[in-house]
Amino acid sequence: MELALFLSVGAIAILGAVGVVTLRNAVHSALSLITNMVALAVLFLMLNAQFVAIVQIIVYAGAVMVLFLFVIMLLGEKAQEGQERRPGQRVFAVALGALLLAEIIYVAQFNLLPGLPGKATPEVVARSGNVQLVGRFLFSEYVFPFEVTSVLLLVAIVGAVVLAKRKL
Amino acid sequence: MIPVSYYLILGGILFTIGTVGILVRRNALIIFMSIEVMLNAVNLTFVAAGRYLNSLDGQAIVLLVLTVAAAEVAVGLALIVAIFRGRGTTDVDEVNLLKW
Repeated sequence: MELALFLSVGAIAILGAVGVVTLRNAVHSALSLITNMVALAVLFLMLNAQFVAIVQIIVYAGAVMVLFLFVIMLLGEKAQEGQERRPGQRVFAVALGALLLAEIIYVAQFNLLPGLPGKATPEVVARSGNVQLVGRFLFSEYVFPFEVTSVLLLVAIVGAVVLAKRKL
Repeated sequence: MIPVSYYLILGGILFTIGTVGILVRRNALIIFMSIEVMLNAVNLTFVAAGRYLNSLDGQAIVLLVLTVAAAEVAVGLALIVAIFRGRGTTDVDEVNLLKW
């Protein structure tokens, strides 16, 4: 049952990703990417990561994709691809991709996960809840990276305004 | 329970599709979306590894990756808009002023 769910959701995720790459229209690509992200949110739920799953939908499928669609609509029809200049580009890219995939699968089948098992076993998570545990973890051990991200976001806001504004 | 290698291979497949998308497509917007696919694949790997090691580090790092991705999208789309204003195209083959 779990395996059937994993295979079907994984197939949806892969189809969504393939759609992003192959569809001609940028709006269709964006919608395909949303499909991919929702499928990944389901996989996060299966991995007992409820908080990440919800954040994935709110931030990625919500905020980031709305921003993408805004820009696609803003640029309009002229933002299309021109003629292909390098004839061998597609074949070369797919060959390189196949090589990369072969390498990843070769490594993944060894089942290597270095590192000691941690304390957050499913029983511990079930007792106090995933969101509570992740929140406490973020504000204790990861508090410095967490604060640094606020600076990063501020810089990104300023940078985006400076770049996109016609006249300052 | 599903073996962790299934998740790793799924992440690898998604990452590869994103890579091929970056290499094949020439529309800067779609290249950006391919980067998002790659980031998502890495997030899946992080969460899967964290789940199988009973660790919360994977999920914490995913949140940081998410923030970086959001910042990257904001700045990157602003760059694309600026380039489109200047050159009237988002085709990355046309933007070759610095090319020798």
